[in-house]
Amino acid sequence: MSKFAKKKDGELPAVSTASLPDIVFMLLFFFMTVTVMKDSSLKVENTLPNASEIKKLEKKDRVIYIYVGKPTPEFVSKFGAEPKIQLNDKFAGPSEVGDYILMERAKKSQDLQNVLTTALKVDKNANMGLISDIKQELRKVNALKVNYTTYDGDAFNNLQ
Amino acid sequence: MSSRAEVPKVNAGSMADIAFLLLIFFLVTTSIETDAGLSRMLPRDSPTPPLPIQQRNILPILINGENELMVNGEIVPMVNLKDLTIAFLDNGGLRSEASDYCDYCKGERSTTSSDNPEKAVVSLMSNRKTSYGTYITVQNELTAAYNALRNREAQRLYKVDFTAMERLYSSKETTAAYKAALKKKIQTIQSLYPMKLSEAERK
Repeated sequence: MSKFAKKKDGELPAVSTASLPDIVFMLLFFFMTVTVMKDSSLKVENTLPNASEIKKLEKKDRVIYIYVGKPTPEFVSKFGAEPKIQLNDKFAGPSEVGDYILMERAKKSQDLQNVLTTALKVDKNANMGLISDIKQELRKVNALKVNYTTYDGDAFNNLQ
Repeated sequence: MSSRAEVPKVNAGSMADIAFLLLIFFLVTTSIETDAGLSRMLPRDSPTPPLPIQQRNILPILINGENELMVNGEIVPMVNLKDLTIAFLDNGGLRSEASDYCDYCKGERSTTSSDNPEKAVVSLMSNRKTSYGTYITVQNELTAAYNALRNREAQRLYKVDFTAMERLYSSKETTAAYKAALKKKIQTIQSLYPMKLSEAERK
């Protein structure tokens, strides 16, 4: 009689799934930390135009966002159907853009304050009048770096 | 019954399911935002009026409220804009004995178009009623024209595309030393075809 009993044939040992929760938790924590919760909900329609010669905005902490577009249906009765500017969570006129930029700039750390980019997220059906007003305001507060945020695609799709 | 009855173990088999549920929730709600677009520098807000520029060094582009395009006084379809811009920038109209003669230009060398790329200014005039989509299309075509010319020169000098160099430069994986070398090259190419865009608005 041997001390080491032979294993019975044909019986595979079950793979332990005890570490499965750990793996899933790891993934979960990864996504939880990576997720950036939107700090403002969109109150305007925001179908960006397409462009092909685009550059990526790499560092998100150096970007200030301005949204422009028609108010969404629930706000139309209150604010009308003309394109509006949305700063943070509220509608604003062009004259408030300068103050907003200065306020956002003050929130950033000192070394970033000079390298900020203003990302203009403008609906493609908005008109240029409003955009040039915004650009004038940006020039007044010396926020000269702008990025017209677009989707990647054929620019000629914008014309339809 | 003995008092030392074993405490029943909590079945942890469903923990994975719960974690999966949470994981899927975060997967679905995460929107990895793609922020990309056309970057521009606005001109400084200065009270001094700009120096007058000779007419032949300006490429006037007008977009009206009906989103029609006029270049150099002619109504043109949007598809021609890129080629027209390239022809204007690459013209190099100065005579070869002039000091700032453009020796890398491959254009027509017409005396009625731009002297050299450094002097060439694209003037973009839009109307208040112009749609933003059209404006972006024009901006995109202008960028495409500059990129085409810059790519050509980068290929000639460094055997690499200008856009590829820019992409490498903004990538996180590129080392600092390589970036410095890249920056020099990029600036050289940019100085060959500097982007001079003047924007105005017509009521």
